[in-house]
Formats: sequence, structure tokens, C-alpha cells
Amino acid sequence: MRLFSIFKDILGNLVKGPVTRNYPAEVRDPFPGERGKLVIDEKSCIFCGMCAKKCPANALTVTRQPKEWKFERFRCIICGACVEACPKKCLSMVPRLAEEPKAEAKAKEKAE
Amino acid sequence: MSMLVPFGPQHPVLPEPLQLRLELDDEKVVSAIPVVGYVHRGLEKLAEQKDFIQDTYLIERVCGICSFQHSMAYSMGVEEIMNIEVPERANYLRVIWAELHRMHSHLLALGLLADAFGFENLFYTIWKVREEIMDAMEATTGARVMLGACCIGGVRKDINAEQAKFVLEKLANFEKDFKRPAEVILGDYSVKERLCGVGIIDGKKAYELGTVGPALRGSGVAKDHRMTGYAAYGKLGFEPVVENDCDCYARTKVRVRELYQSCELVKAALAALPEGELKTPFKGNPLGEAAVRVEQPRGEVLYYLRGNGTDKLDRLRIRTPTFANIAPLLNMLVGCGLPDVAVIILSIDPCISCTER
Repeated sequence: MRLFSIFKDILGNLVKGPVTRNYPAEVRDPFPGERGKLVIDEKSCIFCGMCAKKCPANALTVTRQPKEWKFERFRCIICGACVEACPKKCLSMVPRLAEEPKAEAKAKEKAE
Repeated sequence: MSMLVPFGPQHPVLPEPLQLRLELDDEKVVSAIPVVGYVHRGLEKLAEQKDFIQDTYLIERVCGICSFQHSMAYSMGVEEIMNIEVPERANYLRVIWAELHRMHSHLLALGLLADAFGFENLFYTIWKVREEIMDAMEATTGARVMLGACCIGGVRKDINAEQAKFVLEKLANFEKDFKRPAEVILGDYSVKERLCGVGIIDGKKAYELGTVGPALRGSGVAKDHRMTGYAAYGKLGFEPVVENDCDCYARTKVRVRELYQSCELVKAALAALPEGELKTPFKGNPLGEAAVRVEQPRGEVLYYLRGNGTDKLDRLRIRTPTFANIAPLLNMLVGCGLPDVAVIILSIDPCISCTER
């Protein structure tokens, strides 16, 4: 009969360093294809509304007149159904911590 | 003189809200009355309001642990109604993800069980091993739990050679890292003192009360729905894991052995993965009804679907394994001491939010 059989591991843990990363200073590289968040390339969007039709969480609303593509990020369940439905392939899933274009750059792009 | 003690819904060992009203005679449990319904979300009703393709994503959210098997059971139901034949490669991929889900679920359950009898270190160690499986799932589908990989007619994601190699690496890590915690949970004196001879339910009684999953197989009844060979299980030479001690220790042992078995199943499925299409295209709406059973980590889940020819289902009914295991749980609790109640509850691996849907 074994008593205190976890003791060996506990002693080992005392000597070894932590198994966790020093987050957020040290961030793990995302896996390729990680479904983190939805982004759109609005320039190539044709506002067909296929994404809104397929979305199971009703997170997307698309109107043709005026040309508008609205996305409620907190409703999104990150399933990727819209990405598959998009005929123009302007929607994509990027890792959660991927950088987004800054608001200023976006405004500049709009002005152009 | 007996007294009534409410166990839950908020209790340190319960990951989810379940209340058991325990009638105690001194420290012995005389009877237990379950109170469920704290986390009812009305998912069955919501599924009738969305179209049947959107439901695949909704159904996946019935359970936050064995989500893939829920979407798989639902897809199998619709496929049965619409006579869609799933490609062979998709069947193998379904088995791979289903078994990875079983592995992470069993590791989670073993960790919580260790936590229930106060073995925090073992809990951390087991959950550390679980991360290997989570990585394997994230690398192949892009998400840790809500894989979104299953769809009607097949699967949405594929596993390429590089990902297959990564999964095999992670499985090798699991086998190496799980060796020590498995030795402790099955061999340590203190663990055995808490598990052996506690929560006994014999095979006949367990069968009569409709027990499913490891709780039934721990009582010596070889019943596992994977034996019927759905998806690709028939081609992988599946044999159920059975233990005969009928107590909490036997149920734990079934889970530990199933972990290794699932590991072998994933390896076999990856080795035999045939080339071909991922999904069969289909047209039209489901008309008719189907009842489908799938073996989840906690046991057998039953899906009943009725389609009326429109894009919305008439009725969707889900009977989850924990619901089936509540009646045997009440039977196991009779005669046990109050300190053992937590261990017995965790030994059936309850999943309350999928029970209440």
C-alpha cells in the first residue's frame, strides 16, 4: 500500500519552475486557424446579406441601401458560418489577440 | 431524529448548481430529494425557432464539456431523416474529435473528483495534463471546446498530415504525463480510503434504474453505445471498459482506463484516416422523425427530432446522461455518511447545465 505517493511530484515541483507562462508579458503564439474574432474587408463587400442570413446568433445586420454592414461583437459566437457563406471571401477569422487597425487609420481610410 | 440538510445549489464541490435535500439520521443519509432547474435555458424551444442548419451551432452549446458529441448526435439525427450518407473520412474525423472530447472530459471529471475529496495537488496535476488535449483540439479546429467542426452531412474542418503529427505528439505527452497522476488516483492509500466501498450500486439495480456511461460500466454491465459501431467505431475494433466493484473507485477506474482506450482509438483513427470528401451536399428540409443515440463521456445521450418539411424543426428533445444518472445517484446516497455525499455526486460526473438545457 502506497502512502503519500504524490510527495515525489510535490518535491519535484519545488525545484522545477512554474509550468504556466508569465502572461500577459509572455503570450503564446496562436495556432494557425484559431477562431478568435471576425474581421471584414469592407472594400470588397457587396452587401449581399448572406452572412447575416447564416448567422445563428443574429449578430450581423446588412442593409443594401444605405450600404451598411453592422456587427455586434458581443452576440457573436465565433462559429465561422458567415466566413464560409461569404461569396466574396471578404470575411475572415483572425486570432483573438491579432492587432486591429487603429481608429485613426480607419478614419483616414474612410476619408480617402 | 432525522433532519433535512440542503446540499447545494451553491456548494464548494459542485461545479454547477444542483440541490440535494438530504434527510439525515445523525450522519447517515436516509433519503435524498433532487432539486434541478437552476440553469434552465430553454434551448430545445430556441432550436425550434432557428433553422435546422443554425441549430447545429446552437446544439453544440447545450454542454460546455462534451459539445462536439451533441452536435454530432444532432447531425446524425438530421442525416437519418434526410437519408444523407456521410463520407468515410468525415466519420473517422468525427471519431477523432469525439474521443478527444471524451479524454478532456474524463480528465476534467477526475480532477474535480480529486478536488471533491480535498486532494488539490492531484486536481492541478490532472488539469495540467488536460491542456495537452485542449491544444490538440485547438490546433485542429481553431477552438478549445466549441469546436464547430461538425455539420449536417459531414465535418467542416480537416486534419492535415502536419496537424495529425501534432495530435500524435500531444497524445504521447498525455501518456507520459498522465502516468503519475493515474498511479496516485488508483494506488494511493488516502484516495482508496475515500473511494473504495463508497456509493455502491449493484449491476442489476443500476441497469433497472437506467444508469448510463461509466457509472453503469463500473457496476459490471458492459453497455456502451459505441459497441453498435456508429460513425467509424465499427471499424476500429471497440471493446467497452468494464469494472465489477460497483463503487466510486470502480467508476474512477473505468474513466482512467477509458482515457487510455480513447487515446488508442484516436491513434487508430488517425492511422486509418481514408482520403475523400469531407461532407455530402444536400438540398431540402427534413421531413419525418428520428431518434439517435450517441455515447458521450458521461453516458448515452438520446436525441429525438421531428421535422415538418420546413426549415424549422417541429420538436427537438434531448435526454442527457446526467438526467438518467440522477435516479441511481439517489440510490447510491442512501446509507452513506454526509462526508461521502460530495464524492458520490462527483463519481457520476454530473453535468447540470446540459441536463437542464
